[in-house]
Amino acid sequence: MKKVEAIIQPFKLEEVKEALKNIGVDGMTVTEVRGHGRQKGHKEVYRGQEYTVDLLPKVKIEMVVASARLDEVVKTLTTSARTGKIGDGKIFVYDVAEAIRIRNDDRGEAAL
Amino acid sequence: MTKLLTLLPLSGLAALAQQAPPDKIAALEAAVQSAQSAGDNAWMLTSSALVLMMTGPGLALFYGGLVRKKNVLGTMMHSFILMALITVIWAVVGYSLAFAEGSPFIGDLRYLFLNGVGLTPNADYGATVPHQTYMIYQLMFAIITPALISGAFAERMKFSAMLLFMTLWALIVYFPQAHMVWGKGGLLNAFLGGKIPCFDFAGGTVVHITSGVSALICALYMGKRHGFGTEPMKPHNLTLSVIGACLLWVGWFGFNAGSAVASSSLATSAFVATHFATAAAVIGWLVAEWMHNGKPSVLGGISGAVAGLVAITPASGFVKPMPALLIGFLAGAICFFFVAIVKNKFGYDDSLDAFGVHGIGGTLGALLTGVFATNEINNALKDSAGKPLALGLVDGNPGQVLNQAMGCLIAWSLAIVGTFIILKICDMVFGVRVDTDHEVQGLDLAMHGEEGYNLEA
Repeated sequence: MKKVEAIIQPFKLEEVKEALKNIGVDGMTVTEVRGHGRQKGHKEVYRGQEYTVDLLPKVKIEMVVASARLDEVVKTLTTSARTGKIGDGKIFVYDVAEAIRIRNDDRGEAAL
Repeated sequence: MTKLLTLLPLSGLAALAQQAPPDKIAALEAAVQSAQSAGDNAWMLTSSALVLMMTGPGLALFYGGLVRKKNVLGTMMHSFILMALITVIWAVVGYSLAFAEGSPFIGDLRYLFLNGVGLTPNADYGATVPHQTYMIYQLMFAIITPALISGAFAERMKFSAMLLFMTLWALIVYFPQAHMVWGKGGLLNAFLGGKIPCFDFAGGTVVHITSGVSALICALYMGKRHGFGTEPMKPHNLTLSVIGACLLWVGWFGFNAGSAVASSSLATSAFVATHFATAAAVIGWLVAEWMHNGKPSVLGGISGAVAGLVAITPASGFVKPMPALLIGFLAGAICFFFVAIVKNKFGYDDSLDAFGVHGIGGTLGALLTGVFATNEINNALKDSAGKPLALGLVDGNPGQVLNQAMGCLIAWSLAIVGTFIILKICDMVFGVRVDTDHEVQGLDLAMHGEEGYNLEA
């Protein structure tokens, strides 16, 4: 099993969710986060008082998928979340040791 | 009889009155007077409510949106509590100190506990409305003026110290200044026997110079907020501020047009001048900001509106519409320049720019009133032959600009000295600043034990 963590542009969330649904991924956790990579922040001015905002709003999607489906999921993510501009985000993949469904103690891929 | 003829639009009725027996004429005169009273009183009570609306919700929302979210309630409370505190002081002693005849500097105690302030008119202040109408109208000014100061010490003043500060400030600064400009026999009262006749229709000196200059003293005395210049201190909710500024704009018609103390053509003139100046000030601020920063901001637009309202306040019952546009435009551009550029060079923390908008805009407006005041708009002052006196520079009375400058100087001096002494007293009694950990935590929790936003609740 692999955990896929994708940090994307907030306005891409609906498109990404739709694309994942179309390939049959239906479990995910979404968090509103702030951060930055190579994308520069922006300047805000309030009555002459300047602030540089370099932590920008992003959305983090976390999901755990069967290892066999990893490539398909990553490809779906990159295609649906991409605009081609700096700030599109990143995908991180981790190994998962175990998954347990709380309701009935299902284990492994059966719990996904 | 002449009065009756001018007041009665129906000439047929007037002709009838001419032939009528004296008792019928008296009855008609009484009816006309009562009709005028009804109209004036309706407008003045409406104006009173409009001016109260400027403090809460207007100013509470405007200032509340500009602070960080941990201080939103504390900041709104600064405005709201004055609606209660000043009202009680006003009823007991404030109205008397401000409006009773007394010395040129302060009223005597004849209206203590509102003694003698009843439902019959006081001809000096408003011959057609109950004295209590004038009293309650003026109370609303006494409420908003100290509330304006709170912008300077936002996010860091102890609530206990703030209550003492506001009580003393009303007594030591506001009531004397109001008496000098509007009270019978006041030093600066142009219409009721002042030695230095100063034109201040709705409170350029009384309201905006006193509050704005006192705000500067507060900002200097209290020092910067913890983390000022290193931590971001962005307005937490500008949508609240936009609503607040628009309520101020609407409420200000009561403030300025109501200052005619009648539902008269002068009230219309003040209403028009107020609206025109405000519109021009929005444009003045935005043009300056657009040129300087590259972007016209919403905060800039609403700040410009307030600057324009402030600057036209003393002039509103004296100037024609075109000078009003000019006064507004200048106020918008100059206040932008002061708030966004000059203030940052000095580096003091007037958190919500009470001085930059009210002190600067108020002084500018008071001086320009001396330039543009004209007897074509306000002919209340007449020479012995009954001819209206020249008012401002445009009427050929350049000396008025000097009188206005004297008025400003007196208001500035009273605000500086009075506020400094009051802050010293408050500091000795309570300490004016909250502890650093309370400041970091935010006034809402530290002072009031609650939070403005419990979105998870």
